[in-house]
Amino acid sequence: MATVKPKVDAVIVGMGWTGAILAKELTDAGLHVVALERGADRDTQPDFAYPKVVDELEGSVHRRFLQSLGQETVTIRHTGDATAVPYRQMGSFKPGTGVGGAGTHWSGCHFRPLPEDMRFRSNVEQRYGKKFIPDDMTIEDFPVSYDELEPHLDMFERVCGTAGKAGVLNGVVQAGGNPFEGSRSREYPLPPNPDYLGSEMFYKGAKEMGWHPYPIPASNASAPYINPYGCQMGPCNACGFCSDYGCLNYSKASPNACILPVLRRRGNFELRANSQVLKVNLDSTKKKATGVTYLDAEGKEVEQPADIVLLCAFQLFNVHLMLVSGIGTPYDPETNTGTIGRNYSYQNLNRVVLFFDKSVQANPFIGIGGAGATMDDLNGNQLDNGKAGFVGGGLVWARQPGAGPVRGINVPAGTPNWGSKWKQAVADNFRHSFYFEVQGACMSYRQNYLSLDPTYRDGFGRPLLRMTFDWQANEINASQFFVDQALKMGRTLNPLSILGDAKKDGEHYNITKYQSTHTCGGATMGNNPATSALNRYLQSWDVPNVFAIGANAFPQNNGYNPTGLVGGLAYWAAAAIREKYLKDPGPLVQA
Amino acid sequence: MSEKDPSPDALQSRRRILMGLSLAPLAAALPGVHAADKAAPGAGGSSFAGADDPRRYTPSFFKDTEWAFIQAACDRLIPADDTGPGAVESGVPAFLDKHMQTPYAAGAIWYMQGPFLEAPAEFGYQGKLTLRDIIRVGIDAMDAHCRKTYAGKTFAQLDTAMQEDLLTQAESGKLKLEGISSKLFFSNFLNEVKNGYFADPKYGGNRNMGAWKMIGYPGMRADYIDWIGVRDKAYPLPPVDLSGKRG
Ligand SMILES: Cc1cc2nc3c(=O)[nH]c(=O)nc-3n(C[C@H](O)[C@H](O)[C@H](O)COP(=O)(O)OP(=O)(O)OC[C@H]3O[C@@H](n4cnc5c(N)ncnc54)[C@H](O)[C@@H]3O)c2cc1C
Ligand code: SF4
Repeated sequence: MATVKPKVDAVIVGMGWTGAILAKELTDAGLHVVALERGADRDTQPDFAYPKVVDELEGSVHRRFLQSLGQETVTIRHTGDATAVPYRQMGSFKPGTGVGGAGTHWSGCHFRPLPEDMRFRSNVEQRYGKKFIPDDMTIEDFPVSYDELEPHLDMFERVCGTAGKAGVLNGVVQAGGNPFEGSRSREYPLPPNPDYLGSEMFYKGAKEMGWHPYPIPASNASAPYINPYGCQMGPCNACGFCSDYGCLNYSKASPNACILPVLRRRGNFELRANSQVLKVNLDSTKKKATGVTYLDAEGKEVEQPADIVLLCAFQLFNVHLMLVSGIGTPYDPETNTGTIGRNYSYQNLNRVVLFFDKSVQANPFIGIGGAGATMDDLNGNQLDNGKAGFVGGGLVWARQPGAGPVRGINVPAGTPNWGSKWKQAVADNFRHSFYFEVQGACMSYRQNYLSLDPTYRDGFGRPLLRMTFDWQANEINASQFFVDQALKMGRTLNPLSILGDAKKDGEHYNITKYQSTHTCGGATMGNNPATSALNRYLQSWDVPNVFAIGANAFPQNNGYNPTGLVGGLAYWAAAAIREKYLKDPGPLVQA
Repeated sequence: MSEKDPSPDALQSRRRILMGLSLAPLAAALPGVHAADKAAPGAGGSSFAGADDPRRYTPSFFKDTEWAFIQAACDRLIPADDTGPGAVESGVPAFLDKHMQTPYAAGAIWYMQGPFLEAPAEFGYQGKLTLRDIIRVGIDAMDAHCRKTYAGKTFAQLDTAMQEDLLTQAESGKLKLEGISSKLFFSNFLNEVKNGYFADPKYGGNRNMGAWKMIGYPGMRADYIDWIGVRDKAYPLPPVDLSGKRG
């Protein structure tokens, strides 16, 4: 028998970015909030203290801050008629665990969406006609506009101390920023970080191409900063241990550095780490959640009753929890009905590596997670998709989160993997090469979706989440187009040699190669309950006292990294709960 | 020394003496070690002898036969040459022996439940062996193959060119081994050798930060804000490791 805890106003599943934001907002509103986090509690001191934290074997091989797949993973297959196999070793994507979630070990590239990203389908239809969108492509508009989100996107940047340069301020284009961005109400809280050699070269090459380069907005503090919650951040020292690692310096924005210091002092907030939520409990009508059931640190079952259940467990696990709890109807690709699992998408990421002679001091061990340079000349409405022949935009950027030899050393094509020649190449190239990344949008399709696996179980006896995903022709074409552009630009810089890894025609999704942890969709927001799991406030259409906050809400993935929009949506949902739901609990949008 | 005298220094030096004594004859009998001696410039001299000579490490995970394979294979994969230190003199075999005893090598962060199905390469490893078993089963299978094919000789007893040839065949998966894919074994083994070569010296390899010096990696300094804008000079400082030692 489960121990039953006293009922609280709200229970939050997961203490990463979205969980921390919702906890802050709802405790501000006076609610009693309990947060359940499956992993351990963590904070800058002592968990990210120098020097122990800058250990490549522990950080990048043992993956000390990332999720262990031992208990929970997903199964993957390329098509609906195949048998899925488990994602046994981490490769393609790396979810987080522990207090801070992936918000602890992300890099910090902090983009807002473009206004046209928010009305994605309508925009494509208007520009190229309905027929331009293939039948199996299930892209949608977000049911919220850029203008509605602007104050919330702004708030997230304030909390993170994002370093950048505005391109459009109150409708007026600014020099040095992204001239194509949506209008902002304010300048970034901090100026851009300094440039590495690679980003300096990017500016040079991009100008050669006629592009409009600008500093990547990065949530890695470029100067001392105090956020609206009173949390202090120190300037990033370019340590080179950003992605995969917790920040030793209070410089990278994370729930740990930017929100938890305030939450931890609050009487109406309770954080229970090492608490694995198994499911959301529903009453007999299946229209109301009564709380959640979790396993405590000792593995004992506990029931936490609550008036509101907030799923903040990361995109994949939000969808999993909805499926195992029986919230909403699972998606069926045959009939194209049901909503949970629908519109799964990912990110189309490729790399171009440039090798130079020894006079070029690229120093890849220097790193600032999210900082560097990029451009939007091939993203959003700047790209003529009609001419390019695919849907969705993308970016090329120079970014250098920091590299050490355990994380791998790039060597020119044709170099053997071992022996004296390999050694020579490694010694010659380590300090004299850098890379550009090519990041593109990923569309959603009828045949790419999430469901429960019929065979494999997690360590708690639940069916694993099953991912049915493969690259479609649209994304392969896009990958070739963008990598080609990046190669063209790279060649203007006269490297000794250059490597590009565009996807080949017919290439399948490879789960062994890290690509990005930008997994999206599966429980999307929309205006139509027949095609979306959540309404425009990220509230479940089926169980209105459940909200699912995260990239699960994206109907497709745009060209940027997701977290800027994820944070903005978290503040947007929190405002709706505070201003509307608490006054009149129930559906915020009539179906 | 009584049990009530746990002074770490005393223990350490006693352990070193014991290890040195017990291992000396065995190390001398290992063909891989001879090869390393010859190939490494200056390796046989002052820098390579002494109490912390990596050849005096006593393995606690690997059996003697496996240890001989490891010495030889490490020396082929990362030989000592003019570019920089070899895996053997860097202590990679000791790293491997220690790393195999971690929860990581026991599969702690891998999903290890069956059924274990065949799947295309894009889906990664789908077998049920943990990392340490892949390494151990692989070494035994390589040696079994060698004994069968080369008149009873183990991998370590073959000449350098033959060893290289076998590793090349394993890399491509052409080599047929009993019970395990040679490609799976090779890729995991090579990966571990590189981990040991480049990881912090506290894990047993990368002795004296030799691998970091070779590539010009400053190690665990983790503070470069003063150098981010310098373009005309190579980064000047030598590496520092996790214990604060400078290379
Ligand atoms: C290496 C890396 C680099 C990245 N870089 C960038 C970047 O530069 N820019 C960008 O925009 N994005 C980046 N991301 C993605 C970014 O980290 C995520 O988008 C973001 O953290 C998502 O926030 P979240 O709150 O949805 O999930 P998370 O921050 O992951 O938090 C979810 C939390 O829920 C917990 N949880 C899950 N299931 C349960 C359960 N059943 N019970 C209890 N707790 C549970 C998890 O342990 C976790 O702590 C990166 C990700 C990684 C891994
Ligand atoms: S690079 Fe900067 S932001 Fe990233 S971990 Fe290091 S100090 Fe922190």
